[in-house]
Amino acid sequence: MNESLSEKTLDTFPKLLLSHARLRPNHDAIREKDLGIWQSWTWSETESEVRALACGLASLGLERGDKLAIIGDNRPRMYWGMTAAQAIGAIPVPLYQDSVAEEMSYVLDNADVKIALVENQEQVDKIIELKERCPKIEHIIFDETRGLRDYDYAFLHNFEDIQQKGREFDQSNPDFYQQHVDSTHGEDIAIMLYTSGTTGNPKGVVLTNDNCIITARNGIIREGLTDQEEVLAYLPMAWVGDNLFSYAQSYVAGFCVSCPESASTVANDLREIGPTYYFAPPRVYENMLTQVMIRMEDAAKIKRHIFHYFMAHAGKVGVSILNGESVSLMDSLLYKLGNILVYAPLRNVLGLSRTKLAYTAGEAIGPEIFDFYRSLGINIKQLYGQTECMVFICSQPDGEVYADTVGTPSPDVEIKINDNGEILYRSPGVFHSYYKNPEATASTKTEGGWVHTGDAGYFDDKNGHLKIIDRAKDVGKLNDGTMFAPKYIENKLKFFSYIQEAVLYGNERDYSTAFINIDLDAVGNWAERNNLAYSGYIDLAGLPEVYQLIKECVDKVNADLAQDSRLGNSQIRRFLILHKELDADDGELTRTRKVRRNFVAERFEMLINALYSDAEECHVATEVTFEDGRTGMLEADIRICNAECYPLKSSPQEAAA
Amino acid sequence: MSERQLGDTILEVNNIGLSFGVMKVLDDISFDIKKGEIRSIIGPNGAGKSSMLNVINGFYHPQEGTITFKGETRKAMAPHVAASHGIARTFQNIALFKGMSTLDNIMTGRNLKMKTNIFWQALHLGPARKEELENREAAERIIDFLDIQAIRKKPVGKLPYGLQKRVELGRALAAEPELLLLDEPMAGMNSEEKEDMSRFIIDVNDEFGTTIALIEHDMGVVMDLSDRVVVLDYGKQLADGVPDEVRANQEVIDAYLGVPHE
Repeated sequence: MNESLSEKTLDTFPKLLLSHARLRPNHDAIREKDLGIWQSWTWSETESEVRALACGLASLGLERGDKLAIIGDNRPRMYWGMTAAQAIGAIPVPLYQDSVAEEMSYVLDNADVKIALVENQEQVDKIIELKERCPKIEHIIFDETRGLRDYDYAFLHNFEDIQQKGREFDQSNPDFYQQHVDSTHGEDIAIMLYTSGTTGNPKGVVLTNDNCIITARNGIIREGLTDQEEVLAYLPMAWVGDNLFSYAQSYVAGFCVSCPESASTVANDLREIGPTYYFAPPRVYENMLTQVMIRMEDAAKIKRHIFHYFMAHAGKVGVSILNGESVSLMDSLLYKLGNILVYAPLRNVLGLSRTKLAYTAGEAIGPEIFDFYRSLGINIKQLYGQTECMVFICSQPDGEVYADTVGTPSPDVEIKINDNGEILYRSPGVFHSYYKNPEATASTKTEGGWVHTGDAGYFDDKNGHLKIIDRAKDVGKLNDGTMFAPKYIENKLKFFSYIQEAVLYGNERDYSTAFINIDLDAVGNWAERNNLAYSGYIDLAGLPEVYQLIKECVDKVNADLAQDSRLGNSQIRRFLILHKELDADDGELTRTRKVRRNFVAERFEMLINALYSDAEECHVATEVTFEDGRTGMLEADIRICNAECYPLKSSPQEAAA
Repeated sequence: MSERQLGDTILEVNNIGLSFGVMKVLDDISFDIKKGEIRSIIGPNGAGKSSMLNVINGFYHPQEGTITFKGETRKAMAPHVAASHGIARTFQNIALFKGMSTLDNIMTGRNLKMKTNIFWQALHLGPARKEELENREAAERIIDFLDIQAIRKKPVGKLPYGLQKRVELGRALAAEPELLLLDEPMAGMNSEEKEDMSRFIIDVNDEFGTTIALIEHDMGVVMDLSDRVVVLDYGKQLADGVPDEVRANQEVIDAYLGVPHE
């Protein structure tokens, strides 16, 4: 490697790795909790692991342009697989590890995967099952040996054996690795990420090294991140966010990433690591808040009083203090006392004591939830992004954080809104293409490099921040011609802790109706506190008292909507509580847990018909898929409830607020 | 599974007879357990299954017959001999220390592996410290193996039943047994927990080569897991063989699986 290491020459991940191994060899690069202890690898150790793996992959026949599938939980070895592939010019394709074999077969086949690097027996079994249908897969490499002792296939390899093979290969071809790393370039393809596909088959988003690295670097500069950050890698590796926060930004800034022990220990591991830079979708923040509130309800009376007193105070001044605005001396002192008694211990329990920057994105976050965290002194901010541009489109600058906007454009990003309200952008992160899908590429990435987001939104008049309402194609009209933005209303419903999921219908109908999914934890706890007996989810969801509870939430949303002249007519007239949780295994949600509205509509057609009739009850039988892949029938009688509607009262000015 | 090659005999019981007063609990029982196999003992309630396990690990001393374990023939086992020679067990009604954490419970299973005396252990110095680290690592491997990281520090009394059973298995495994006696490991579990437990039993057998003697009521589980099955009824041995043979044995069908009508 030559001496002049400028940012220009460090344009690929393997080059960045080599430079970290030289500049900060003893700085931790990645950690994993294993056998109850955090085990770490420094940058120089990471480099030699990656090098051995890269040579091993090469000796298995992985060549420039070939695809390496990566399937597993966040593990150092899985991340090394990405760099190892990139070092020899191959392309890593991470897949969602909880997908069933059926879902994987499309991606594996579409991406022309040649070698699959997988975590354990569970994934090995899936690939072996698919191997006949995906003949392009030549080898499987597994990390954990457990349960694989008796597997006798020539195409199945132990991770350590491959590394060993790689070390031998490296010894007989000492220039191989360096030459290959030197011949990688910024414009080369770095990774393919499959979008979860709210409609149709998933599409492989092809991103170049430049896309990833420039966007990652812009984000780092904007937020002033350093190599001292601590990040917990706990979101699926196949998701662009994890690739940005736990991989690209770590490689650019040189900070350490920690992999939790298992999916069930994330909360505990979060507390132990105390990340300084944290990302979570709104759902996670919601769950954390719900847990805190449930536990406070069960706490001793005096603790509960102290908690509520100081949380009310934080609600009053906490956000202003975080924004650096001045507050009265008394308020400030009281906040400091609250910090000792409540806020700091609470931040500690949440694992967010050291957090300088917490992002949330993917869905709208409830204003109460957002303000709850900010009032505790946690700098949580929203961002708006897409796989197609390596995440960053907009984010909220410090001091300009509002619950209902996603902030201003990120560095080097241009945004325009076209006539039908759709948001378009242009940035250095804009993807190369959709893999083997020129039509989709052409319709998304249009003239001049502008990318259609498919989201409808507008710039807020007051602060110039971008505000997202809904998916552009989901914005419809009621029969009377008023605008119907289902997501906007669903989000308002979901901001209530009792409601886990809501699905709105109303496009080309006379009025809006809703399917509601209750939150089992929150409603179950509420039922216990109110001495209501129930035997399970279906039973709880059908209780008249629960209907009354949900009706109050729906009524409040309607009252809120009545304030808005543009959306006021889409108040919810009738709703029902679904007897089952919407589930990705049944195809009702995407793997990133977004509702597939049309699929749900087809599946529960009779319920929709009942909502648009005078019926008060509807019998429904649905096929459900259990976690092991078996199916069964679930039957229930579902009540339909009418909600309160409020008269419109507003001037257009108020409506814009 | 019954096609598997089995190893040498690790344990053999010959003509075991056990009585409590006039009650004949076991009468002329003879069978062997081969290295690396999963051996089940089945039978209706009161057939003498748990008594048989108690004889094997030395809790009961039979009046008749002999037990040969790893080539040594005895009139009866003693519990400490059984434990120190590599026999570990779990109990029908969980026998864990309820107030202690999962990790500590599993560590107790390492007790026989610890060689330093109480003096060094109390000071936590020198060899005791090193030993503690080694044993902690062994305990952590078991925690990892059984996928119970999330409950490592939780008191076991607060855990759901299925998880307690898993912790108990963990404690038995901590002794690194050659022969593992499982007394109804799936009693009171739902079907998902049963599947998990079956998976663990197969994995233990597979990964560590541990020989397993299993008492279980769930016939589906027994027939799927076992290499060979012994059937007891009122203290008598009705049959002994691979699952298919046992399933076809008319006496067993009559006594246990039910008499077919017509």
